[in-house]
Amino acid sequence: MYQYNENDQRIVDERVVQFRGQVKRRLAGELKEDEFRILRLQNGLYLQIQAYMLRVAVPYGLLSSRQLRMLAHIATKYDRGYGHMTTRQNMQFNWPKLEDVPDILDDLASVQMHAIQTSGNCIRNISADQFAGVAEDEIVDPRPYAEIMRQWSTFHPEFAYLPRKFKFAFTGAAQDRAAIQFHDIGYRAVKNYAGEVGFKIYVGGGMGRTPMIGKLVNDFVPEKDLLVYTEAIMRVYNQFGRRDNKYKARIKILVHELKLPKFIELVETEFAALRQEGAVPLDAAEIDRVTAHFTDPDYMDLPDKSEVFNQYLQDDKDFSLWVKQNILAHKKSGYAIVNLSLKKPGVPPGDITDDQMLSVADIADDYSFGEIRSTHEQNLVFADVRKDDLYQVWQALKDVGFAEPNIGTLQDMICCPGLDFCTLANARSIPIADKITTCFDDMDYLYDLGELKLKMSGCINACGHHHVGHIGILGVDKKGQELYQITLGGSAGDDASIGKIIGPGFDQDEIIPALKNILSTYTRLREEGEGFLAAYRRLGMSPFKEQLYANN
Amino acid sequence: MQIIKDKAIIEDNWVHYCGEGDLPEGDLIVSLDIWQEMDLSGRNIGLQLEPDDMLSDIKDDLHQFDLIAINFPTFADGRGYSMAKILRDRLGYKKEIRAVGDVMRDQLFYLQRCGFNAYEIKSGRDIVDALEAFEDFSVKYQTSSDEHIPLYRRK
Repeated sequence: MYQYNENDQRIVDERVVQFRGQVKRRLAGELKEDEFRILRLQNGLYLQIQAYMLRVAVPYGLLSSRQLRMLAHIATKYDRGYGHMTTRQNMQFNWPKLEDVPDILDDLASVQMHAIQTSGNCIRNISADQFAGVAEDEIVDPRPYAEIMRQWSTFHPEFAYLPRKFKFAFTGAAQDRAAIQFHDIGYRAVKNYAGEVGFKIYVGGGMGRTPMIGKLVNDFVPEKDLLVYTEAIMRVYNQFGRRDNKYKARIKILVHELKLPKFIELVETEFAALRQEGAVPLDAAEIDRVTAHFTDPDYMDLPDKSEVFNQYLQDDKDFSLWVKQNILAHKKSGYAIVNLSLKKPGVPPGDITDDQMLSVADIADDYSFGEIRSTHEQNLVFADVRKDDLYQVWQALKDVGFAEPNIGTLQDMICCPGLDFCTLANARSIPIADKITTCFDDMDYLYDLGELKLKMSGCINACGHHHVGHIGILGVDKKGQELYQITLGGSAGDDASIGKIIGPGFDQDEIIPALKNILSTYTRLREEGEGFLAAYRRLGMSPFKEQLYANN
Repeated sequence: MQIIKDKAIIEDNWVHYCGEGDLPEGDLIVSLDIWQEMDLSGRNIGLQLEPDDMLSDIKDDLHQFDLIAINFPTFADGRGYSMAKILRDRLGYKKEIRAVGDVMRDQLFYLQRCGFNAYEIKSGRDIVDALEAFEDFSVKYQTSSDEHIPLYRRK
């Protein structure tokens, strides 16, 4: 993974000094809260219902074991002994004290980490395919480009006060696992007929109260133009994005209101002007320098078949279930990708304790080159485990509590923090998530349902990505009562779609029966081997709706 | 009034004239409307731009202005950064570009990078303290008006 050089380190160190000064001025009353709010948000510090919340950047989801140990240390020393994985691959701490935050940032900087631009109306931490570099279906490794973009967007002087937050995502694989069509800008690295790397660029995707699928703005931007083309998009948005209404300020609204051809024309005109005035294309040497940080680890040459692994598969049914559900094929023979499930009954999705962080760091050191990845589905990944070692890794993960064989099942839901923590929320989401994982705990039933993306948000801001859940749940406040609306048919992948509301919402006691009802309609009407999303797309909303509201 | 110009505190005599009352003596900073409507001949003129003014409306008249002030109605409004950058790098404006309005030390580093060289710090803030902000960062990744070579090409 990327290692900071002297310049990178100096920037995060100087940021700590700058922020320490801002906190000091706030505590001394020299900065008003409405001023400090904008400044602290640019550094990932929110004020939540009961305390500050600090969001630490995990750029494109890559962590070293050393970094994870530091996060554990922070959880122990400054928080209540746990952290929370977010849907942007970051880690949040829910209980830091304001006066401690500069020291936390100091600790983070000591392991090449920071909280820069993890919130605020700026270019946010960049997300990417969690299997980058190891996936079988990868065409271009997006990590070097994501890192180049991280550097370019860090403290970009022109784009720090945008109309609204701005999110980038990268993928370079055949299958989009980074939801690039639901980002302000989605980058799909591709190769042209000559084998040169470039990007398909999608603009204006997003969730929130007006969900939209990103639109293709350019089919092939050569890698050398990656930054200048992005600068053109950002400048058009910074100048013309709406600032009169925060709910209409995202770039998706600008693209929608201008219409795509006009937006593209503005971007292309700006791009041409930037080039004419001497904007510097990205050097091949710089791409090479950064790419050199993402070379393969020292893989052994192993046969694809592992005798010892196959023996365990035969002997241990629980192990084989876990393998079937949580393990993915690796590009290198003899290796596997291991998904750690941070979803289990009784624990908020994505929560991880300090002890668990330390254990995960140890396992990563022993079995996966000391590297951990975070996913936008709030899980973790060991990207490079030898098949020979899978049984030991499984046993170690069982001890930690991250070996639930439920990846991709209904239990593997995305969930925002909701009204228990968040000032924006209208309804609680964690207790509902817990009800669902507790109630739907018959694994045979879950396996029979197959891949099912359940996503829940506690308000219309959609941090829990409910719009793209095969089944989405949205918490709303109806005359003081928490109600849950259900949507069907969303997808964050290549077949991107936005879920549709099935009908009137349900209270917290009705939501489980409602889900059961929807699932029974699916199992009754599905064809052989047909997944939930495919069945919904074939059948439409009607049979689900009729069955769900049959008694009303 | 004291302002910051070229990273130093100076006494400044430009007068903001909003169109009401008698025309004051001296050098005037006026809005686009006033500049277009009033006879200001014989005066040194600074033009104050609002975030939604269009640079295309004035690009042929830039030589008439001794300074251009860009207003920040609130410091969360970032349009002025793009304006200054375009004035410097695209339209070749070489004279003073001044940030006015909701301006305090925390914006100065970005403002100078985008081509501003003068700042009216909002009242009640320590202007001496604000001077330190230019040194907040010693490393800049990107090109901008103050630096046309990306970090990786600099020696």
